[in-house]
Amino acid sequence: MIAPFKVSYRQDLLLAKTPAAKASYAVLLVALAVIPLVMGEFYVGELGGLFIFAIAGVGLMLLTGYTGLVSLGHAAFLGIGAYAHAIMLAQGLPFLISLPLAGVITAAFGVAIGVPTLRMSGLYLAISTLAFGSIIGTVLQKWDALTGGFDGFPVRTPTILGWKIQGAIGTYYTSLIVLVLVIWLALNILRAPLGRAMVAIRDSEISAQSMGINLAVTKSIAFGVSAGITGLAGGLYAHYVRHLAPDSFDILLSIQLVTIVFIGGLGSIHGAIFGAVFMRLLPQAIAMVRDDLPFGLGRTPGLEPSLFGLILVLVIMFEPGGINGRWMKLKHWCKSFPLHRRAASRRQKSYAKSERLR
Amino acid sequence: MSIFVADEIAMNFGGIRAVEGVSFAVEPGEVFSIIGPNGAGKTTIFNMISRIYTPSAGRMMFDGADITNVPPHTIASLGIARTFQNIELFANASLLQNLLIGRHCHSKVGLLAQLGFTAAVRDAEIAHREKAEEVIEFLGVQRYRDQMIANLPYGVRKVVELGRALCIEPRLLLLDEPSSGLNVEETEEMGHWIGDIRRDLGVTIIMVEHDMKLVHMVSDRVMALASGRILALGTSSEVQNDPEVIRAYIGGAPA
Repeated sequence: MIAPFKVSYRQDLLLAKTPAAKASYAVLLVALAVIPLVMGEFYVGELGGLFIFAIAGVGLMLLTGYTGLVSLGHAAFLGIGAYAHAIMLAQGLPFLISLPLAGVITAAFGVAIGVPTLRMSGLYLAISTLAFGSIIGTVLQKWDALTGGFDGFPVRTPTILGWKIQGAIGTYYTSLIVLVLVIWLALNILRAPLGRAMVAIRDSEISAQSMGINLAVTKSIAFGVSAGITGLAGGLYAHYVRHLAPDSFDILLSIQLVTIVFIGGLGSIHGAIFGAVFMRLLPQAIAMVRDDLPFGLGRTPGLEPSLFGLILVLVIMFEPGGINGRWMKLKHWCKSFPLHRRAASRRQKSYAKSERLR
Repeated sequence: MSIFVADEIAMNFGGIRAVEGVSFAVEPGEVFSIIGPNGAGKTTIFNMISRIYTPSAGRMMFDGADITNVPPHTIASLGIARTFQNIELFANASLLQNLLIGRHCHSKVGLLAQLGFTAAVRDAEIAHREKAEEVIEFLGVQRYRDQMIANLPYGVRKVVELGRALCIEPRLLLLDEPSSGLNVEETEEMGHWIGDIRRDLGVTIIMVEHDMKLVHMVSDRVMALASGRILALGTSSEVQNDPEVIRAYIGGAPA
């Protein structure tokens, strides 16, 4: 692949920097657009679910992968988005207003949780977001009048300009469109000052501050944007599950989201997508081999979560770049084919950063 | 008029008095060095000026305005930039991105415009890029432009940190041990950068430094500290020959 000669700074700001990249993304989009015409309903439904998780993954990636803030409560944002959207639909609001509004409402919750947790980082932040997640879970269960309590309620089938969004195909296309939109938003943030400020906070808060970055404001915005995007995913998730119940938004879902960004590869939008693909494929793979496993292993309860846990640990230990890191190495290997040197993909020794001023 | 004035500033950490009643004034365009043995309070003074610490007592004035209590993130837009003793670059970003983060205090685009990456944002980005490229050219680091900081050698990182501070377009530059970790040639080169920055860009510099050769080479005035107090203040030779300073560094019978 030959990169075009750079002649202006504007070129570096383009989203697709080479004609080849432009072409391959166009092919991908066309392929995704025709899939429902050729594939069975089951696969289309699964892909729709994958898109929804990819949207949530992009949202969490902005927070965890780019701003360096780990959240173990993102299922709560998914839940807030889902309930807000479904309730507004039930009140008769049109889909095109209700879904963005659900995103905005969730973003407001994100800012609200972001503000008190600004002074925390690392483990402490993870624990407080975990607590937030469980509080929201309880509220969804107990606030009968609004959420229907434990039983939940069925999600209304909406229409967009007379077209009914129902079944696997409806969810597939709406989720795909929202996913493309969300990726575009995320990439815009990342090439703008806000994205650089987020990366700066991730790598060194102390010097970010000295560069004129307002830590509190930037972190709140990061929380808000991340929650808002996850809220959009939540709204779509409501259509995916068709019947909302509070137990779908538990800690396991939060951990699944964290797994998506870690396994996919922190600090890359590609990673969020790869992670979501992996996350949705593994249960299918397990289902396929379940009956052939020895010692009745396939019938063991909790096989899926423990496998996810194991894979997460292995990825963190041996491939901190996640699937995306592997992918980059593979690309580099192909480019430099006969001349590849092992050292090129070896991990750098890094020296402990001073933590005195954190 | 002095560009920076410290008036009886003090910093206590619990019972430890890191800095006690230090006063000095820095004139526009000069290189003002702070020397002293370990624990003398040099970096503490820097952290007070860049508002990471709030002085326990005293006042600081920059360009006639009181900066003793301004929030730390406003320091950059006032025109004060700094480097760090142990390099605090953004390690997982490219050199260019690091320099662009230095432009942050000059960016004025709104959140919604950034989300949509409007033409205004794009043009502002190109303008920042041009500034960053000027700094890249000034420091001669073109060939590292798109490399991750984590993959760069230590000496280059030191220069990049200097460049990031220059992207702020500061009027006052705080250099915390610019020569630490550098070899003899790199230190000499650093001395030339400092001279160039002062002469070509007209930036006033306050520098904390241990390498007396470098201090002697670039400084107009030197302030020697020990245990949080000023021992001597004057030209480099005056300070180096001051009996109090010699005693603080080498030891000896009390006078």
